[in-house]
Amino acid sequence: MAVNVKIPTQLRSATGGESVATVDGATVGEVLDALYARYGELRQRIAEDGGLRRFVNVYVDGEDIRFLAGLDTPVGDGGEVTILPAVAGGR
Amino acid sequence: MPPESLRCKECKTEYPLEALYVCERCFGPLEVAYATETTSPAIDPAELKRRIQAGPGSLWRYADFLPTQGRGYPLPAGWTPLIRADRLAEELGLREVYVKNDAANPTHSFKDRVVSVALARARELGFKTIACASTGNLANAVAAHAAAAGLESFVFIPADLEEQKILATGIYGTNLVSVNGNYDEVNRLCTELAGEHEWAFVNINLRPYYAEGSKTLAYEIVEQLSWELPDRVVAPIASGSLFTKLARGFDEWLEAGLVAGELPRFNGAQAAGCSPVAQAFAAGRDFCQPVKPETIAKSLAIGNPADGPYALDLARRSGGRIDSVTDEEIREGIRLLARTTGIFTETAGGVTTAVLKQLADRGEIDRDERVVVLITGEGLKTLECARGTFETWEIEPTARSFEQARERLVLAA
Repeated sequence: MAVNVKIPTQLRSATGGESVATVDGATVGEVLDALYARYGELRQRIAEDGGLRRFVNVYVDGEDIRFLAGLDTPVGDGGEVTILPAVAGGR
Repeated sequence: MPPESLRCKECKTEYPLEALYVCERCFGPLEVAYATETTSPAIDPAELKRRIQAGPGSLWRYADFLPTQGRGYPLPAGWTPLIRADRLAEELGLREVYVKNDAANPTHSFKDRVVSVALARARELGFKTIACASTGNLANAVAAHAAAAGLESFVFIPADLEEQKILATGIYGTNLVSVNGNYDEVNRLCTELAGEHEWAFVNINLRPYYAEGSKTLAYEIVEQLSWELPDRVVAPIASGSLFTKLARGFDEWLEAGLVAGELPRFNGAQAAGCSPVAQAFAAGRDFCQPVKPETIAKSLAIGNPADGPYALDLARRSGGRIDSVTDEEIREGIRLLARTTGIFTETAGGVTTAVLKQLADRGEIDRDERVVVLITGEGLKTLECARGTFETWEIEPTARSFEQARERLVLAA
């Protein structure tokens, strides 16, 4: 189950500059664990108490995982997971 | 109070004053930090006051408290009227109510303030292109201020945006990008693009500077109240940025000795169809659960409010609240403000006015309180909300026809 994870610019110093990482996993939680296993520094930057820090947004194929099943949200083969900072808004 | 750095609101890590908005260590939002008395000598309050009063009739009179010098293109924002609204107060059983009418800005909303500051800082940082994701007020302001400053601009809008809002943005000569998606998708796209292009997205990578523009509303309220504080402020909440920056403005002036007293009570106003902050307040939570917006108050329809936790904290520690009102109450709020003050506001102002009425009806406001209500935008932008709220006399062009209609409609009533 290969999944593409889009890495925001703010985290690329932890991924050696890579903007996309391809890892295996059937849920968002598994995908993130695979990502942490490859880039150890990422865990302390975005994870907290077994979940995600409150200003981290994660999307599966464009949908915020808080509207899906959170870290248990399934990710299909070839799916896209996007990590973005929750600092925008103002319409 | 020269700006010194950008500082993470969560973990306090410091960064240089560049186009950064997220802490790389913890992903928290960055905010402009100013010199304190220990790093820079304090200015005598009387001297500060003189400097402000000698300044221009725009928000640049507060340049001492902003992260940019800013003057440099000719579309001044701010210094909008603070109107004593006795007829509104009387109807609500209150004594002293003021309306801060920020529709009186160049593009008719408070967004002119935040865009002014973001654009000025973008120019200082050498950006040639500014951009935003928007569904209305912000799009108008970015397109207009970019035109005035001679910068290229990109405005990203959802494809189903109403025609009047598209026209009121495109007229300024911006690159208007219509995205086949809703606002949250447009916003997510722009957050991604902000990482890939050397552009100043005013509400993304320039957000720490942009957000500072809202403080000028607090400064103006104090100055217009003859250097006194109100007891209570009622303001709309979308992302929560305006709400929390108002408090920062009051706090900074208390600290600088420009005004004495206590931070006013902060009442936040949301539409029931998009009320993640009001829901969190009612449930006693310190975080917001995102929602899918469904309300006529589109300018407040942010389902995932970035400053929600800070807005909750502010309402609680100031002794205020965060409430929500239905679409029908919003329409009624627009009418209430219009018929008692002569100010026609957009849906966001209807939300604020309706929450003020709710607080007054519940007896939460002491009769002797001095209350300021923030009206952040213009009614002509959401005209459809006025439809069907009144009757028109339809007559033939004869005096007899007029008198007949008058008898039927007025004298009978």
